[in-house]
Amino acid sequence: MKMRLSLILLSVFSLLESRAQTTNNIPLKVYQKDGIIVNSYDFQSMDSYLKMQNDTTYVINFWATWCKPCIEELPNFEKINLVYKKQKVKVILVSLDMPKQVENSLIPFIKRKKLRSTVIHLKDSDANTWINKVDVNWSGSIPATVIYNKDKRKFYEQSFSYEALQKEIVLFNNH
Amino acid sequence: MKQFKILIIAMIVVAVSGFSVNTATGYKVGDVAANFSLKNIDGKMVSLTDYKDAKGFIVIFTCNHCPFAKAYEDRISGLDKKYRKAGYPVIAINPNNPAKQADDSPEKMKTRATEKGFTFPYLFDEGQKVYPQFGATKTPHVYLLQKTAEGNVVKYIGAIDDNYEDERAVKVRYVEDAIYSLLNNSEIAVKETKAIGCSIKA
Repeated sequence: MKMRLSLILLSVFSLLESRAQTTNNIPLKVYQKDGIIVNSYDFQSMDSYLKMQNDTTYVINFWATWCKPCIEELPNFEKINLVYKKQKVKVILVSLDMPKQVENSLIPFIKRKKLRSTVIHLKDSDANTWINKVDVNWSGSIPATVIYNKDKRKFYEQSFSYEALQKEIVLFNNH
Repeated sequence: MKQFKILIIAMIVVAVSGFSVNTATGYKVGDVAANFSLKNIDGKMVSLTDYKDAKGFIVIFTCNHCPFAKAYEDRISGLDKKYRKAGYPVIAINPNNPAKQADDSPEKMKTRATEKGFTFPYLFDEGQKVYPQFGATKTPHVYLLQKTAEGNVVKYIGAIDDNYEDERAVKVRYVEDAIYSLLNNSEIAVKETKAIGCSIKA
């Protein structure tokens, strides 16, 4: 009986682990409010989002609800996510809102704006340890965006119009 | 011929865009920072040359609206209180254009400084001219300067410490460690760090 239980546990554990490797790592915290779920990661556990090795082009946008230029460009990322969905483009919005603001600002914002792109939360206060891992040219200001497809990768510390973002996406999808 | 023209144009475009990427200007550690003269919240002009007895300066680009800057307000006051007497006063500069960010107008700077009891000058970068000289990209963004015979030499660029969110959880105080090294004539261990901040609204 004990044996069987440990076997079950073992298989569940290995299942979880294999899932973690193939998709993403396990979040440090899961926020849930008003039917919206936001996973919160530290840099180490969200790092896999920056290293997916499949044929999808990933658009990783670093933003926060209080960041005016971020909010202004957000609809352009939403539109890309929608328009290019069938062409294997995926937008991931990485919120740098303070942890206290996830339930008070971020989740209400996602709900109000009806965001369709994946939103994750990054809580890693010692930014000096991870900013260079996103890109050595990133000074740390937001908005900032990484577009990549396997090993092809570009970093942008700027705001995007829809046209400018579309132009970059096309470059990545016609490789 | 037409193709040749297109080729030339394409080459120019590539050259120009390549050039613009490489012109990330601003001071690096070891550079001499130029003097500046900017208006303080009390209406008086402040420049580095006014401080005859200073050994250097903690120049901090900061502002009213940014949550990261707000999270550091008390720590910036703390730095000034602690190091002004040792010869390293804080000089805070708001680099934002109020036309783009209404909360960062000179009037609102004055209100905020009064509310928070700032003991240091809080200067307005009118026309957004000084921050590009430094190469500041965000708020808060620190440049630690040391006064030498050659001028004010940049000794440290980056974050105040390693935890914007919770002061009690700070493990490394980058700016304080750098000042400590300067005061003791020893080499600064960490000369450059990066932190998340709000982009400067010019």
